Amino acid sequence: MLDNSAKPLVSVRDLKMHFPIHAGFLRRRVGEVRAVDGVTFDVIEGETLGLVGESGCGKSTCGRAVLRLYDITSGQIMIDGRDIGSVKQRNLRTMRPIMQMVFQDPQASLNSRMTVEAIIREPLDEHTTLSDAEKREKVGELMDAVGLNRRFAKRYPHAFSGGQRQRIGIARALALNPKFIVCDEPIAALDVSIQAQVVNLLEDLQEQFGLTYLFISHDLSMVRHIATRVAVMYLGKIVELAPREALYAAPLHPYTQALLSAVPDPDPEMAAAKQRIVLQGDVPSPANPPDGCNFCTRCPQVMDICRRIDPEYREVQPGRWAACHLHNDMSPAEVADEINAAQTAG
Amino acid sequence: MPDRAQPILDVQGLKTVFQTRGGEVHAVNNVSFDLAPGELLGVVGESGSGKSVTMMSLLGLLPSPPADVRDGTVMFQGRDLLKLDLRELRRVRGGEVGFVFQDPMTSLNPVFNVGMQIMEPLRKHMGMSKKAAAARAQELLELVGIPDAKQRLLDYPHQFSGGMRQRVMIAIALACDPKVLIADEPTTALDVTIQAQILELMKDLRDKLGMAVIWITHDLGVIAGIADRVIVMYGGQVVEHAPVRELFANPAHPYTRALLKTIPKIHGAREKRLTIIEGQPPILNAHPTACPFLDRCDVAMPVCARKNPQRFEVNAHHDAACFHADPLEVAHAG
Repeated sequence: MLDNSAKPLVSVRDLKMHFPIHAGFLRRRVGEVRAVDGVTFDVIEGETLGLVGESGCGKSTCGRAVLRLYDITSGQIMIDGRDIGSVKQRNLRTMRPIMQMVFQDPQASLNSRMTVEAIIREPLDEHTTLSDAEKREKVGELMDAVGLNRRFAKRYPHAFSGGQRQRIGIARALALNPKFIVCDEPIAALDVSIQAQVVNLLEDLQEQFGLTYLFISHDLSMVRHIATRVAVMYLGKIVELAPREALYAAPLHPYTQALLSAVPDPDPEMAAAKQRIVLQGDVPSPANPPDGCNFCTRCPQVMDICRRIDPEYREVQPGRWAACHLHNDMSPAEVADEINAAQTAG
Repeated sequence: MPDRAQPILDVQGLKTVFQTRGGEVHAVNNVSFDLAPGELLGVVGESGSGKSVTMMSLLGLLPSPPADVRDGTVMFQGRDLLKLDLRELRRVRGGEVGFVFQDPMTSLNPVFNVGMQIMEPLRKHMGMSKKAAAARAQELLELVGIPDAKQRLLDYPHQFSGGMRQRVMIAIALACDPKVLIADEPTTALDVTIQAQILELMKDLRDKLGMAVIWITHDLGVIAGIADRVIVMYGGQVVEHAPVRELFANPAHPYTRALLKTIPKIHGAREKRLTIIEGQPPILNAHPTACPFLDRCDVAMPVCARKNPQRFEVNAHHDAACFHADPLEVAHAG
């Protein structure tokens, strides 16, 4: 759907992940949090798709749902030609080796009572029939690959710094030779000087093992560095998806424009000259999204139609997708018709 | 440029040590800086560089033991804050010096409404009546841009979003018209669009109220947009100090230079590969006898292992703790 020559490794169609809200004495279902609300994208083999957005926009939930760490509400997920979306959890096990995850907090995602060797080895124990010696050798190779000294194999996670712990998490994700890795804010908990080390490592490994990444982050500068294409999420939906250069040079969606202009520039001259679009107010609750476009409550360019009709997520230029009425080629008459239709329906 | 001849706050030779089971940790080591009235001083550093501990030491906010502020003077309005007793210090804290912390959720009390929390310093420090304090609290909420202020005074912290909570924190810090406001990573926990709102608000308030601000952050982008002058901290020491434009245009310390190179840019040419700073920050378990950046420095010299460099003048407004900035060493090497 994006570029016919490039083969999508992962394709996600209209993915929804709603979490029920229970309240009252009988714990009745009173509503739902629409964490991910109809998301469609492909990840091309060998690329890094950056998924950006602010906290609560559903980017992490989206990453976890794609790997079926949740039972999704609806939608299709295909990874490497296999239908992941509708398989039962217990049958998913055999498919896990091709898809892995690197978590945000290396402190919380490593078992503090297991040695580094045991942590990296666990996937091998679960999914392979290698002998003990082979496993030990494989763990050694993985530690080399992520830049950890093999001599530290018997140590526990607390003996390592944050950056090194993240390397352990990456080694564990690589153990089963996956094709697709979801990196959920892998550098958010690290110091600036350590972030670059981990990002360079992820890039090296991608080249070495032909990996495909879904890179979830709120750091727009870092995503510009690592991603091939970038998807921007707001309140459970992708508002824009485009190749990296195009997105950063000329963002189409007003939210992307505001988000990029809010990123502080590490250059005082630029910072002084910059015209910032400061959004007013806060993100609405995903349990109670506004009518029409989700961004209509804060959009500086909001129009009448935006408060009534949710804009369709469509390819507005070759390879560039956006969900915004500003980039809709409907004629004014058609717009009026749609508004009337919505009014009669509502 | 604010007048630096008459600093409102003058810190000299501050040294803070923590006693731990593993021995002493030299968290702040011979830190000196000053702050002019109305100036916004940025303090940059990574975690463990000593930036927060420095500011907590100024106001005696560290529990002792394990903390021990061992040396230094903190002159504020003709008094040394390190010599004040607890009663006098309390009058300074939250009164003449306001403090905004990083995490607005844990620094607000969840069982009192925000009105009570804004009124507390007004009643304690200014001796206002309940009625006057309530009126002033409403003014303050309006000042920090919270709509429907009168109603919101009765709300509890959990009823506010993260950005709004940080506005409440700023309102509390501003309550007694502080001469100095210390903001410790006030926007780190916030999203970029909310951070942009708070940065605009702070610049606005500084211009309106004319207080001096110390802004602690690890984000060089934030510093570039808001600070007049910057000190860079590493390993418990000030390694570089310069006006903001000078620092970004001509960084003199290898750490500052490396730090500026490691962060990817949102504009301009994209680096094919990120520059990295090899290694880890130093462990501060002994009084440093060498340059703290020695192991990670790409231009280290033999002298850097023998002595901890003092701050050498680069020009009248700019200094760096690096032997490459020492005229003697430069002459010697040349």
